[in-house]
Amino acid sequence: MDAHGPLSDNGVVRLLTHTGDRLEHPEYSPFAQDLDFAALRAMWREMVIVRAFDTEATSLQRQGELGLWVAALGQEAAQIGSGHALTDRDWVFPSYREHGVAYLRGVDLADILRTFRGLEHSSWVPNEHNFHLYTLVIGAHTLHATGYAMAMDWDGLVGSGRPDHDAAVICYFGDGATSEGDTNEALVFAAVNNAPIVFFCQNNQYAISEPTTRQSKVALAQRASGVGIPGVRVDGNDVLASYAVTRQALERARSGGGPTFIEALTYRMAAHTTSDDPTRYRTRDEEDYWRERDPIARLTAYLERAGELPQAFQEEVRAEGKELATRARIRLKESVRAPARDMFDHVYAEPHATVDSERAWYERYEESFVDAEGSHR
Amino acid sequence: MTTLTMAAAINAGLRKAMERDPKVVLMGEDIGVLGGVFRVTDGLHKDFGGDRVRDTPLAESGIVGTAIGMAMRGYRPVCEIQFDGFIFPAFSQITTQLAKMHYRAQGNITLPVTIRVPFAGNIGAIEHHSESPEGYFTHTPGLRVAAPATPEDGFTMIQQAIACPDPVIFFEPKARYWDKADVDLDAPFDEAKATTGMSRARIVRQGDDATIVAYGPTVRLALQVAQVSEEEGSSVEVIDLRSLSPLDHQTVVRSVKKTGRCVIVHEAPSAFGVGAEIAARVTEEAFFHLEAPVLRVGGFFMPYPGSKFEHDYLPSVDRLLDAVDRVLAH
Ligand SMILES: Cc1ncc(C[n+]2csc(CCOP(=O)(O)OP(=O)(O)O)c2C)c(N)n1
Ligand SMILES: [Mg+2]
Repeated sequence: MDAHGPLSDNGVVRLLTHTGDRLEHPEYSPFAQDLDFAALRAMWREMVIVRAFDTEATSLQRQGELGLWVAALGQEAAQIGSGHALTDRDWVFPSYREHGVAYLRGVDLADILRTFRGLEHSSWVPNEHNFHLYTLVIGAHTLHATGYAMAMDWDGLVGSGRPDHDAAVICYFGDGATSEGDTNEALVFAAVNNAPIVFFCQNNQYAISEPTTRQSKVALAQRASGVGIPGVRVDGNDVLASYAVTRQALERARSGGGPTFIEALTYRMAAHTTSDDPTRYRTRDEEDYWRERDPIARLTAYLERAGELPQAFQEEVRAEGKELATRARIRLKESVRAPARDMFDHVYAEPHATVDSERAWYERYEESFVDAEGSHR
Repeated sequence: MTTLTMAAAINAGLRKAMERDPKVVLMGEDIGVLGGVFRVTDGLHKDFGGDRVRDTPLAESGIVGTAIGMAMRGYRPVCEIQFDGFIFPAFSQITTQLAKMHYRAQGNITLPVTIRVPFAGNIGAIEHHSESPEGYFTHTPGLRVAAPATPEDGFTMIQQAIACPDPVIFFEPKARYWDKADVDLDAPFDEAKATTGMSRARIVRQGDDATIVAYGPTVRLALQVAQVSEEEGSSVEVIDLRSLSPLDHQTVVRSVKKTGRCVIVHEAPSAFGVGAEIAARVTEEAFFHLEAPVLRVGGFFMPYPGSKFEHDYLPSVDRLLDAVDRVLAH
């Protein structure tokens, strides 16, 4: 493989090998210095819980309870590591796979399932979590994130030097998304405006069936140099390194240093969605290779070897994961759909004659069934 | 005759077109090894290779924009847009470039580009995967817009669209991809008649009391309602438009002059939709034959709702029957 190509290991920041050995990095180790064993155990816990939820969601879809599920399986370290570098004041613009980040932002994962059941298009209030809606149109939200970051800058939230004041935006997207016009325009806007934003690209090796080599001849992080912003490649299955590079980038953004592009190399261990069949386009060998690089397994190995992951704690966390999964299942099954006429709500903020007349027509139409007492109208 | 699903019939049509003309090139996201998310291009990558069945970068503007350049060199690109809701990144290329090039070049450039779009709802999908954006394209002069409703038409019309020298937006009703019917794979194909062939509406059920005009996903619905009406004593004619631009309004007008009543049904919102154009045409050309107002049954004026609401949002047997009964009451 080309040493500089999109699949190369060239320049990848790594602080924990896949066998669970710590590495030192002159630039990034200091940014992970604050991660003591307690902090790492907390991250381990979050990854395990998110995975338990994710697994439950997949089986709920299989049982017909969800229309679709988009698994984050295998991407927990990239999400939990980067998410940990955020403060409550920072803003997140996710794509649609960032359940791990959602969890860290305090979104009740049980609620997310409502969207995937088809009850609604969003299941949390963005302002309550500084966590925007999921966006399914690939790349569209990268521009929203950039505009939001520019406006935060205008509002004086950048560069005061006060850690309790400054804030930044992080925007998540995939390897495939780097080809969209919107994403490239976002990079240009962010760069020329020195916007306080971190572009966090989870290169999970695939855009549905297409490998990253379909999108790029070079490492995706190299896109950054084209617009004149720093780009960094990180082992996205290494939670420490993911945390460290994101923390550096966010600190740069909050202090007025402008945008950063992070490419987190990871692997989509599950199918693209529950509708997808990856056996058509990738090999068992490849999946095995990546299973050996499982983001949770390597942290488990490291912590266990250090004697810092007691069995009792592990069992406690697994029980907690199970509890969340069970609660999510029950909540989902108990969920009731709103009455049909509610679908006319929120099209506009102010009354709109077309919507209003259609709603009125629909209500009369529905009543006509009731009037007829069971006959078809 | 071979029994095929609509997806397999379109696949067979693509294969015929590729065999007939080496300049036909397929391009889109996941259409190669995967065979497309609906498997409409299944097996074509294996048989024709990656040069003719091209997995593109994830960029719809790029897909359509580069197809325009290829078409200028004499190729016949057939682009797949993965879902209806994802055509919009290509909207500028389609409306400002693809649609206008022939006119701007005073006829000196032709762009035989086909854009295949799985469209419409009723499959329980998540946001952006169930939309009916045809109105944006029928409102754009320079584009032809077609929508097959059956496997036979899927097979024939995709070949006609590819053979047509003009750009064609080809809307495939995804809820009908799994419908089966007999298709004559050996039917002779007349290239010279391709454009006229795909531009004509078809009366799919004869009737005297009212006309239902449908296309794509709603043709089957219209036939169901015509059946129920017959059981209730009324004779309903059903027209499958097949082509939305041009609109075969003569077939519609002739039918309405006979029945005196017209109901149009599509999944796209009624407001400002294809049905509004048909209603206007019928009023202009068959006014004195009308026994009742022309009615439209369509999606409501809102973004496509969560899939648990789609059965309330979409035209249903009940809603269409209600409209048919209302015109018959006159
Ligand atoms: C504009 C647009 N085009 C196509 C799609 C269909 N689609 C959904 S996900 C996807 C692949 C995305 O790949 P990537 O950006 O790598 O993200 P990942 O799903 O791997 O996390 C595609 C093509 C879409 N959602 N939006
Ligand atoms: Mg990807």
